[in-house]
Order: sequence, then structure tokens, then C-alpha cells
Amino acid sequence: MHDRPLSPHLGIYRFMYTMTLSILHRISGVWMALGLVALVAWLCSAAAGESEYARTAAVLGSAFGKILLLSWLAAFCFHFANGLRHLAWDAGFGLEKRSARSSARVVVLAALLAFGIAAYLLFWPHASPP
Amino acid sequence: MKLRAPLAVVLGRGSAGEGVAHWWSQRVTALALVPLTAWFLVSLCGVPLNDHASVSIWIGSGWNPLWLALLLLAMCAHSRLGVQVVIEDYVHAGAAKLTLLLVNSAAHAVLLAAGAYSLLRIALRNGA
Repeated sequence: MHDRPLSPHLGIYRFMYTMTLSILHRISGVWMALGLVALVAWLCSAAAGESEYARTAAVLGSAFGKILLLSWLAAFCFHFANGLRHLAWDAGFGLEKRSARSSARVVVLAALLAFGIAAYLLFWPHASPP
Repeated sequence: MKLRAPLAVVLGRGSAGEGVAHWWSQRVTALALVPLTAWFLVSLCGVPLNDHASVSIWIGSGWNPLWLALLLLAMCAHSRLGVQVVIEDYVHAGAAKLTLLLVNSAAHAVLLAAGAYSLLRIALRNGA
């Protein structure tokens, strides 16, 4: 059982940037699973009352909390854009090498753009949506 | 040449004996999360997040508790399936793998229950 061959041998492949997107999809997903804990904690404290909510808001509003929230927002923007790419693949579109590579660039650009806009609207002091 | 027994074809099971339910659930919850997460972030933009009263009113107003409940349900299901695959891919020892899979399922069930209970409390307090 223990000496059966394992596949794939990641080390023997030439690096291609699409690999980075593949592993980032996993990392961002697992990271957001931890963000889900924070989201539920936020809901629980809002249900518990004003003083409990103030404590949670202070933690999330601190520098450390803001870094966490921004990292979850970044993970979300990437996972969302790359997830749409995965759904397109599952429907049979864009599987050719060329289109898979160009869609990777589109995903990175779209994720950066979405992250910039969302971070500005949610975190910039006194920013209000149109 | 047909390599699969008629019963296997009928049941739709793969070589792992599991079928495609997991794969489909992951895609269906992903599709549900596209509009739900987009709605959540866009509507959150107008809410002053450090004010408890405004946040409670926003959570409990109109159809928001319903959308938030659906968001929570899809998130917990999608997250549980995703983390499950990561555990199955990287943890091979039987006992550790089983333990982690159980912890994963239990944690997501607790998150869903706690979130739904909180939504209900806020919505009922607001007089919905």
C-alpha cells in the first residue's frame, strides 16, 4: 500500500503560471473557510447585543482585523473570478491551452480590479457608494 | 466494449463507489454563491459597520434575513465540500483523515446553526 506510485509528480513539470492560479484557488478557498468563522462570529455578536457587537467591531476595526478582512476580500475576489473560469471549463469552454492561459490573465486582472474597487468602497474612510 | 455493470450504470457510481453527487453539489453551490456574494458585498457598502443599531436594522430589514440565510447555507455547504477535498488530497493516514473529515463536517454544521440562529434572533427582534 505504501510503496505504490504517486501521481502527479509536481516537481518534474516545467513551471507555468497557470499552476499558480490552480494552487491559489485552493489556498484562497481554505483561507475563506476561516473567514466564514469570522462572518458567523460577527452575526452572533450582532445578535447578542450592543456591547458584544462593540467588542467584535473593535477587533475587526483594529489594524490586525483590517488586514485579515482585506486578505479575505482579496481571497474572495480571486476565488470568485477563477471560480467562474472553473465553471466555464466544467461546461466545456476554454479548455484549449491558449485560452486557458489567456483566461488566467483575465482572471488576475479582474480580481485585482474588483479587489481595488471593493476595498476602496468598504475600507476607505467616508467612502460611500454612488 | 462496455466495462461497467448495468447496476453501476443505473446508480451512476464511479470507480470510488461514490458517484458524482459531491462534484455536482460543489458546482451548484458555486453558482448560487455568484449572485449571493455579489449582493452581500454591494449592499454592505452602504452600512456603517461599527454602529450596532444600523447593522442590526440592515440585517433584519425586508428580505435581507432570507438572502443572508441562503448565503450562509450555500457558503457552509461549498466550504465543507472544498475543505473535504483538500483533506482527502493531503492527509492519507486513516485515523487522522477520518478525524479531520468529521471535524470539518461538525464545524460547518455548527457555523450554519449559529449563523441561522443569530439571523433569526435579529430578525425577530426587529419585529419582522
